[in-house]
Amino acid sequence: MSDKPPAEPPSSEVTPEALYLRRREFLKNAGLFAGTAAAVAGGLYLLGRKQTRPMDGFVPDAGLVQQPVAKAQGPYDTDEPRTPYEDVTTYNNFYEFGLDKNDPARFAHTLKPRPWTVTIDGEVHKPQTVDVDQLTSWFPLEERVYRMRCVEAWSMVIPWLGFPLGKLLERVEPTSNAKYVAFTTLLDPEQMPGQKRPTLDWPYVEGLRLDEALHPLTLMATGLYGRQLPNQNGAPLRLVVPWKYGFKGIKSIVRISLTREEPPTTWNLAAPREYGFYANVNPDVAHPRWSQASERRIGDFDRRPTLPFNGYAEQVAHLYAGLDLRRNF
Amino acid sequence: MASPPQPWLNPALTAGGLAPLLMLAVQGPRGDLGANAIEAALHQTGLLALVLLLASLACTPLRLVFKWTWPARVRRTLGLLAFTYACAHFLVYAVLDQGLALGAILEDIGKRPFITVGFTALVLLVPLAVTSTKAWVRRLGFPRWQRLHRLAYVAAALGVVHFVWRVKKDATEPLIYGAVLALLLAIRVGEATRKRRVRAAAAARNPA
Repeated sequence: MSDKPPAEPPSSEVTPEALYLRRREFLKNAGLFAGTAAAVAGGLYLLGRKQTRPMDGFVPDAGLVQQPVAKAQGPYDTDEPRTPYEDVTTYNNFYEFGLDKNDPARFAHTLKPRPWTVTIDGEVHKPQTVDVDQLTSWFPLEERVYRMRCVEAWSMVIPWLGFPLGKLLERVEPTSNAKYVAFTTLLDPEQMPGQKRPTLDWPYVEGLRLDEALHPLTLMATGLYGRQLPNQNGAPLRLVVPWKYGFKGIKSIVRISLTREEPPTTWNLAAPREYGFYANVNPDVAHPRWSQASERRIGDFDRRPTLPFNGYAEQVAHLYAGLDLRRNF
Repeated sequence: MASPPQPWLNPALTAGGLAPLLMLAVQGPRGDLGANAIEAALHQTGLLALVLLLASLACTPLRLVFKWTWPARVRRTLGLLAFTYACAHFLVYAVLDQGLALGAILEDIGKRPFITVGFTALVLLVPLAVTSTKAWVRRLGFPRWQRLHRLAYVAAALGVVHFVWRVKKDATEPLIYGAVLALLLAIRVGEATRKRRVRAAAAARNPA
């Protein structure tokens, strides 16, 4: 064993003091750089985060009411590809639960769609208040695969379950004075927390002319994709008018009134320049802030041209003969 | 006294500021932006453009109110980041949303005030981004350069209007940004008024 003192490292391996200090400074700066960059990135990311997919753990709790059986295509069904169930149930406008598209799916669990009664009144011979399950048991459920076009220029293809509104109206026997049908959504800020804010004049009201309401395309929907309607899609009962912009399709209906006069409707009251009573899908009449000439089908990359009456012109255009659709938009 | 150089500050701001843009570029194609990814990207880029523009406009008021000097050294980075997001916002609109349909884009810009205003804000930011270098400050002379860069306030105001018009109902969020902008402007106006008074008082003491 040597008793020599351990050899000093050659001077080439000794870090000069200046460099040594610079390295410490470098490490300190690197740490500050990383910390600041992460903080800025995180802050901006949180600020900008909107409408990302919020549905981790979302389980549709509505049961299967009808197996989506193979069936002959109905006379009104489109064979265009259906929008995925996940998109139909997570991308919704339902301001009673919030203004972002994913708010309804996140917050609509507070709505209790059973027990639920619907009041039918006004100009009818048989006014009544009826439990929703009883009401729907009066009619056989049909599946209708419809295009849905939102006024915001996006669209979907949705397989609804329901029955024609006309059948319900026939049953309650409108009087000869009935000219319009007014629909009202539930008013209950406990179940619909968005109603605690005066975003719109609650409760939501929509309306149709009687001939529009009686048209065989007009559907009272109780489900979609063979399942009960999820809350965010308007459980337990909603209106579907496939040739009109989506906001006409009032959700979670508690009252159906037949009236002599055109009923005031929520969006028309809120912004009459932007949302007319008729709200027929019309590529030739622009929304004040965007063109309606084209639309994006949810899931598609490219836009597609919008069709007059959302592609249902053959069935419904005659309802508007003689009406100036630029004025009555 | 000059504050320490903090060489990490601007690189960190750039890296952190661009991170959300990179996230969007990754999340969009992966389908993590929800059912309408283009709309989500449009909203995020637009919002961040406005936030970063307001942040750049906050640098001088922060110095005036709290005597902080470091914000002045990140102002240019913040402004260029805002411009980057404004460009990204426009590109998402023109390329992804409208598919470069020139007719539709020009009609939007010409006929719809909501889009006219947003586009104008972007155009106003272009000369500011171009003249953001030290060489341009020298070439224009600081007073002229400063006057030119006050356009940033106009751009921010137009950005807030664009945002207010975008929402269908409940303008709370855009109005919060409007209030921040108003506060920042008020501080500057207050400072300008104070300076003018000081100058007037000095002139009164030393008549030429």
